[in-house]
Amino acid sequence: MTESNVLLELNNIKKYFPITAGIFRREVGAVRAVDDISLRVYRGETLGLVGESGCGKTTLGKCVVRLLEPNSGSMQYNFGGEMRDLLSLNAQESFAARRKIQMVFQDPYSSLNPMKTIYQSFDEPIRIHSDRNKEERRELIARLLEAVNLHPEYMYRYPHEFSGGQRQRICIARALCVDPELVVCDEPVSALDVSIQAQVLNQMKDLQEKLGLTYIFIAHDLSVVEYMSDRIAVMYLGQVLELAPARSLYDRHIHPYTQALLSAVPVPDIRAKRERIILEGDVPSPADPPQGCRFHTRCQYCHARCVEEMPKLEPLAADPEHFVACHLAEERFAAVGT
Amino acid sequence: MATEYILEINNLKTQFVVRRRRVVRAVDGVTFKVRRGKILGLVGESGCGKSVTAHSIMRLLPKTAVIPEGSILFHPEGGESVDMAKLNPTGRKIRSIRGNEISMIFQDPMASLNPVYNIGDQIIEVLREHSKITKKEALERAVRMLELLSIPKASERIKDYPHQFSGGMKQRVMIAMGLICRPQLLIADEPTTALDVTIQAQIIELIKEMQSEFGFSTIIITHNMGIVADMADDVAVMYMGKIVEFGTKEDVFLNPLHPYTQALLKSVPILGNAGEDKLIPIRGVTPDPSEMPPGCAFEPRCDFATEACKTCVPGRVGVTDSHIVRCVHCIGEKLDD
Amino acid sequence: MSENKKKIVKSSLAKENFYKLLHNRLAVLGFMLMFVILMACILAPLLTPHSPTDLNLRHMGKPPGGEHPFGTDKLGRDVFARVLYGGRISIAIGLSGALGGMILGVIIGSFCGYYGGWLDAIFVKIAELVSVFPQLLLVMVMRVILGEGIKNLIIIFVFTGWIATFRLVRGRFFSLREESFVEACRAFGIRSSSIVFRHILPNCLGPVIVQLTLNTAGFILQEAALSFIGMGVPSGTPTWGNTINAAKELLNITNYPWLWVAPGLAIAFFVLGVNFFGDGLRDVLDPKQQ
Ligand SMILES: Nc1ncnc2c1ncn2[C@@H]1O[C@H](COP(=O)(O)OP(=O)(O)OP(=O)(O)O)[C@@H](O)[C@H]1O
Ligand SMILES: Nc1ncnc2c1ncn2[C@@H]1O[C@H](COP(=O)(O)OP(=O)(O)O)[C@@H](O)[C@H]1O
Ligand code: SF4
Ligand code: SF4
Ligand SMILES: [Mg+2]
Ligand SMILES: [Mg+2]
Repeated sequence: MTESNVLLELNNIKKYFPITAGIFRREVGAVRAVDDISLRVYRGETLGLVGESGCGKTTLGKCVVRLLEPNSGSMQYNFGGEMRDLLSLNAQESFAARRKIQMVFQDPYSSLNPMKTIYQSFDEPIRIHSDRNKEERRELIARLLEAVNLHPEYMYRYPHEFSGGQRQRICIARALCVDPELVVCDEPVSALDVSIQAQVLNQMKDLQEKLGLTYIFIAHDLSVVEYMSDRIAVMYLGQVLELAPARSLYDRHIHPYTQALLSAVPVPDIRAKRERIILEGDVPSPADPPQGCRFHTRCQYCHARCVEEMPKLEPLAADPEHFVACHLAEERFAAVGT
Repeated sequence: MATEYILEINNLKTQFVVRRRRVVRAVDGVTFKVRRGKILGLVGESGCGKSVTAHSIMRLLPKTAVIPEGSILFHPEGGESVDMAKLNPTGRKIRSIRGNEISMIFQDPMASLNPVYNIGDQIIEVLREHSKITKKEALERAVRMLELLSIPKASERIKDYPHQFSGGMKQRVMIAMGLICRPQLLIADEPTTALDVTIQAQIIELIKEMQSEFGFSTIIITHNMGIVADMADDVAVMYMGKIVEFGTKEDVFLNPLHPYTQALLKSVPILGNAGEDKLIPIRGVTPDPSEMPPGCAFEPRCDFATEACKTCVPGRVGVTDSHIVRCVHCIGEKLDD
Repeated sequence: MSENKKKIVKSSLAKENFYKLLHNRLAVLGFMLMFVILMACILAPLLTPHSPTDLNLRHMGKPPGGEHPFGTDKLGRDVFARVLYGGRISIAIGLSGALGGMILGVIIGSFCGYYGGWLDAIFVKIAELVSVFPQLLLVMVMRVILGEGIKNLIIIFVFTGWIATFRLVRGRFFSLREESFVEACRAFGIRSSSIVFRHILPNCLGPVIVQLTLNTAGFILQEAALSFIGMGVPSGTPTWGNTINAAKELLNITNYPWLWVAPGLAIAFFVLGVNFFGDGLRDVLDPKQQ
């Protein structure tokens, strides 16, 4: 993973949603949905984002596709070798950049306009981002549908005629219709039946291989994220607590939250004997996150320093690809061994 | 007359009459037994009839539903056996069982609590419905139950209203309501689906703990194979209104025989495999419940289907004493439905 | 994939809804009523040789029968002709008032619902103000400002009629703008005007059309009422309201019942037809019932 391979670099992204009260809509506080996140996404990889509901995964994803504007921070994107901040592009450049980053949404039932045929939903984005004529556009749509294993003639149908799994495949095809480089997938399978999930997941893997796509794959289900991702970022209350290649995150998770999260996932294997760590209490409110380490209210290793000082996300001395935000990171790493 | 089983369901059918006199066979010949003091896991995809089965046991079905066939034998400890399928769904007998000897907790804790009453009142109401105790005694028992379910400062929080509780806490309150009368059978319909993984783990541990504390039997309904592997003693795999495979946890997970169970296990990612084994998806989709294939319901998606599967519904085959499968390829003792 | 082998069917929402509408008896009945009366009005010259305004002093106050199927009024004008020709104008007033209100309500409602903010707050306040003002007083004030005439009556109806549509469209936009398909449009960089009018708006047209029918019926009734009390269309122009106006005096009500029964029934049947049709449409287009 070299510098030149970086596709997207997030620096100190913050997104706060104001909480207003009273008739004058006075601002009384803010939900810190994304609170100072810095990450790199490398070309061709899948970066998984996991965390419990409300930890800011969707918000971060929407900032990347610029459906939301971050309060502060920068997003450097690699435009053919030149890194430029997505947030300071002019209108024309910004429009052109939309082509490069696309999103697949969580709910396949609300992602397609019920009043438009598939053809109509695909046609406009292709038209505004390319100079294809009508016949070429139709051909492209047919090819995209075939790429997700659907009959090209389905393009003349309305969304209500499709099952959830088919719809999600259509949504993936739609995101691909402008030939993007980076696709943000926000829980693309969590609304689907178990037996259908694998179809969609495999489809996404195949497309990635064929088209050289880069994914940011968001999910709350660790097993799904692990199946899809090369690297995984674990989020909690708007921050990344641990970021590591999938394999090392599973084998040598350092952060106490990752440890608890991994142990909480039910595994469909009765021979796996696992020690389950039960976290006390609930996730604190993102409107009023704890001082110091965000996780200290539920951490069994919490000590005086944790309450006062927020740990930074830093690489381990022994493994520069493994980032942890915990004061005990090095000690815990030494204990886990290599 | 305590038998080994607390609940025996035989060939249960529950049907809905929908528009234009179409019949939806939501539960279509379900047979299984729940062992006393054990946990049965009922797994299957969305729409396969898990909830309808549970509601049939409780007789909490909508007016459009009928039970044309089958029996639901409940053998309470120290009491007469009853066939729940034959009871009047609004009669006194079923009301004395519901919430008392058999209780149920639902998928959505947010929707199951009444927002205008405080937590204490809602728990007490269940208790006083079934036993003659004073309000003060009832309150004490409710507080003790909430403490047992590790709700901090239970005696204060019992006056709070549902919206002041988080999702996980609401589900604890639901469990408290379910357990306050010391039921012999607890039916939990997807008790953790609406919750986060770490909260789910709390609730799973809690139900297991309570079960070993009070010794009740449990039916846990879920679509998550992981939860079944974790909690259940026995497993029933359901597909389109039928139990396609039934057995102990070891039978089903170590020696899955039905093509659907096998496919299901291969189609979910397992944590720790890091994407090494590629998932094998099940092709196609579940059939429309009002247009079921005439033969085996899994036939359009099955890799092992033969011509015979298209026309005749496979019967139940007892492969071992505990392991029962509905597939033509399984060899063993033929059982009646 | 087995799903690829399925027969290719081009589908159409409009066709499906049309068949559903055909199965709704009340809607079909309503449409028939509407259609028969409307056609009769349009084809008036073929149905009656009389003019609605010609006085005939030899045939004053004649009861129905013979040459004058609905009788004549006290100036000898043929009531049948007045009902038919009056219908043309009454329906035109009701429909254009409702259409104008719909267009205004849709445009303002779309922008307010999509963008929100201060623009929205202002229009919500205006709508509140207009709707708490007593309707009749408002109409009278505007009558005084704008003066008499068909055009002015339509303007008055547009001004009071946009509010229902505005609220409806604004509400639908508020929920639709959160749907993922709108976010997908924004992620593609599709222009806001296109998102508003081509992507979101078609999803609210069902209830808007139903509102249009309800407003049309309401305005026809209002025209009749206003003309009856002399605040509506100038009395020289034949409308349903002005035709009934001829029976205004108490004595006429009992002595010349045909003066008000015929136009009254015409109004009642037409309005009923429009309402039935609107209800049927609502049932068909309501997405919750699918
Ligand atoms: N009131 C009803 N009227 C008609 N059909 C119904 C009714 N309730 C359920 N069904 C049908 O019965 C079948 C089984 O439904 P059920 O709710 O038991 O599924 P489930 O296995 O619990 O699924 P989930 O995992 O989504 O909760 C479905 O096809 C459903 O559409
Ligand atoms: N438009 C919004 N207005 C106010 N708060 C929001 C908005 N969107 C998200 N939030 C809040 O931000 C936090 C993170 O949300 P989200 O990114 O959707 O979480 P996730 O996708 O991880 O479940 C939550 O507390 C949520 O309630
Ligand atoms: S910094 Fe302290 S509180 Fe935070 S995770 Fe590490 S040990 Fe726990
Ligand atoms: S009976 Fe036939 S179709 Fe059904 S599961 Fe067995 S092999 Fe497959
Ligand atoms: Mg989300
Ligand atoms: Mg259910």
